Amino acid sequence: MKFVDEFRDAELGRAVAMEILSLVESGRHYKLMEVCGGHTHSIYKYGIDDLLPANVELVHGPGCPVCVIPMGRVDDGIAVAHTDGVIFTCFGDMMRVPGSDGSLLDAKAAGADIRMVYSPLDALRIARQNPEREVVFFAIGFETTAPSTALTLKRARAEHLKNFSVMCSHVTIVPPLKALLESPDLRLDGFIGPGHVSTVVGARPFHFIPADYGKPVVIAGFEPLDILQAIEMILRQLEGGRCEVENQYKRVVPYEGNLRALEVMAEVFELRPHFEWRGLGFISHSGLKLSDAYADLDAEVRFSVPGVRVADPKACQCGEVLKGVIKPWECKVFGTACTPERPIGTCMVSSEGACAAYYNFGRFAREREVV
Amino acid sequence: MADPAVVSEREQKILGIIETARSKRAKFRDERINMAHGAGGKATQSLIEGLLAPAFKSQALDEMADAATITVDDATLAFTTDSYVVKPMRFPGGSIGELAVNGTVNDLAVSGAKPLALSLSLILEEGLGAEELKAEIHAIARAAQEAGVEIVTGDTKVVERGHADGMYVCTTGIGRRDSRARLSPAGLRPGDRILLSGSIGEHGTAIMLARGEFELDAEIESDTRSLWPVVDALLEAAGPEIRCIRDATRGGVASVLNELARASSVAMIVRERQVPVRPDVAGAAEILGIDPMYVANEGKLVAFVAPEAAERALDAMRAVPGCEAAAEIGEVRTEPPGMVLVETSFGGKRVMDQLVGDPLPRIC
Repeated sequence: MKFVDEFRDAELGRAVAMEILSLVESGRHYKLMEVCGGHTHSIYKYGIDDLLPANVELVHGPGCPVCVIPMGRVDDGIAVAHTDGVIFTCFGDMMRVPGSDGSLLDAKAAGADIRMVYSPLDALRIARQNPEREVVFFAIGFETTAPSTALTLKRARAEHLKNFSVMCSHVTIVPPLKALLESPDLRLDGFIGPGHVSTVVGARPFHFIPADYGKPVVIAGFEPLDILQAIEMILRQLEGGRCEVENQYKRVVPYEGNLRALEVMAEVFELRPHFEWRGLGFISHSGLKLSDAYADLDAEVRFSVPGVRVADPKACQCGEVLKGVIKPWECKVFGTACTPERPIGTCMVSSEGACAAYYNFGRFAREREVV
Repeated sequence: MADPAVVSEREQKILGIIETARSKRAKFRDERINMAHGAGGKATQSLIEGLLAPAFKSQALDEMADAATITVDDATLAFTTDSYVVKPMRFPGGSIGELAVNGTVNDLAVSGAKPLALSLSLILEEGLGAEELKAEIHAIARAAQEAGVEIVTGDTKVVERGHADGMYVCTTGIGRRDSRARLSPAGLRPGDRILLSGSIGEHGTAIMLARGEFELDAEIESDTRSLWPVVDALLEAAGPEIRCIRDATRGGVASVLNELARASSVAMIVRERQVPVRPDVAGAAEILGIDPMYVANEGKLVAFVAPEAAERALDAMRAVPGCEAAAEIGEVRTEPPGMVLVETSFGGKRVMDQLVGDPLPRIC
């Protein structure tokens, strides 16, 4: 595919990998966090970590929007989906995320009308086609997907659609990063900044990371060469004693972000006082809800949402795994109370999460570490 | 931090626990059937290994082969059955009728058996148009003729409107084991080469696009066809050196490789660069975020061949019409047992795991 294959060139990849090798000091261990779930996926898909020196470790961050949805929120969604007359719509990967008593996929099997959509606009179309039914869209994601939810809400308003509403579980990227960075036992040397989120919010919101916490950030694209180059740029900063926000993904991310998208978001959403993250607990000002002006399209206002709070078992140590303080297998519940079939925390929910990968690939993952 | 020696002991212990848990037979624990149970991945495995196999206690069933072997006096027969619920009924490159013949014929073929006869059960929905039905019956007749099998018995049922999406089809097939074949899912040995009979992902992608849920235009056709000719060619070229053959249907090539890596307790390495994928299929998969290795085929097989026969087998495959793109995609290794590794086209290595949930229900 033109314009894509250029960023997947194995030979160029090897060249960048050699550069990386020349930048690392032997005896020093580097822990870099890729914040975004999209990066985690590319790293997995292309086997990028396999191309890195053994002392450069990638830590998968909190940026998988599906995995961070807490059990209580899934339970709330299921309760709405079981309401008479409701068609509940959500993205496909959300359907498998377990709540405290099964997933949306199980709720579908139990009779709820739950449909997978690829865009909030698909949900809107379903609402138009079924005027006698209530159609709810379960909105998830960071600033990447929030603008499309916002535009969909504006369109629903413009069309005077009365049977459409949104259960908003959008989250923002900066507060969880701050929460991680605040931790005194953090063991990370730098961040691969989230490319998709940055197309919306720009590079500016990440300046606090070098300024207040002294860690380099390189915003990166999602092709394998993008990620390798971002790693090289971080290592170069570390080697040169620099610490700043750099933008590897200039072909897509403008410094100021997408002002139009930010405007629409500001109109439709407002910050919740706090939002619960799976495995990470409550984080202030980290979630979005519909603004008062759009309250009539808010599924949480329209339906009785139980607002279940299912506390993560105390023993779950996702936070420590994410901070790089412990290895997955050092967590008290790893492999016993917390497995890919019955995950507790975010690191076990996604198949690419640190804990799930370790569980599934066990000795292979371990041998790789030892090598 | 704890004492590193102690930690490592603890890690060993945990790895041990996980490995024991993984090697155990899957248990069927779900409260209800959901769509994942039909997807061919882990949930399907839990249904078959956790509920069906223990209930029937049949040695032939326990082998989990595509077709069972029955010996009657001196004749060794292969016996298999399958149901077809694909939606939509007709799609570019084929229809439910052709699938129903080819799918069952292929389960016999890859077991090293020449297909002989099929049964045909039709479950028809009230209101199904006669023209649509006739078209499918003709498609079935044509596919059977092309595959060289006779339809010798059958059944028809009609269910109320809203219950069968037009029609469901069940076929059962019987074939004669070919004396040249020495196939066994547990017969893989380190060094064996992995051959693929052509480009992958076409059937699943064609169905997905035919459903019209995506606004993508591409002329991708299902690859549904009988695999007996290519199996025949393989057996002729390298009979005893062919260790095992599988058709890569639901769950794709990745699922076949994972199943056999477990069955034979071997590892496999696949070179992504060598796996033939048509550019339009690759493009659609890219947009939809799906890996073609997990997408269903209805006319592609994976063959495991002793290294000294690999080239001969590959040449034989490529000489069969429709298999010109056949390729060697990897090999069998010892470590780590039960696992399939991929050398990605970018040069890295990773584990290619079993499919957990199918984004795409009802493809066959």
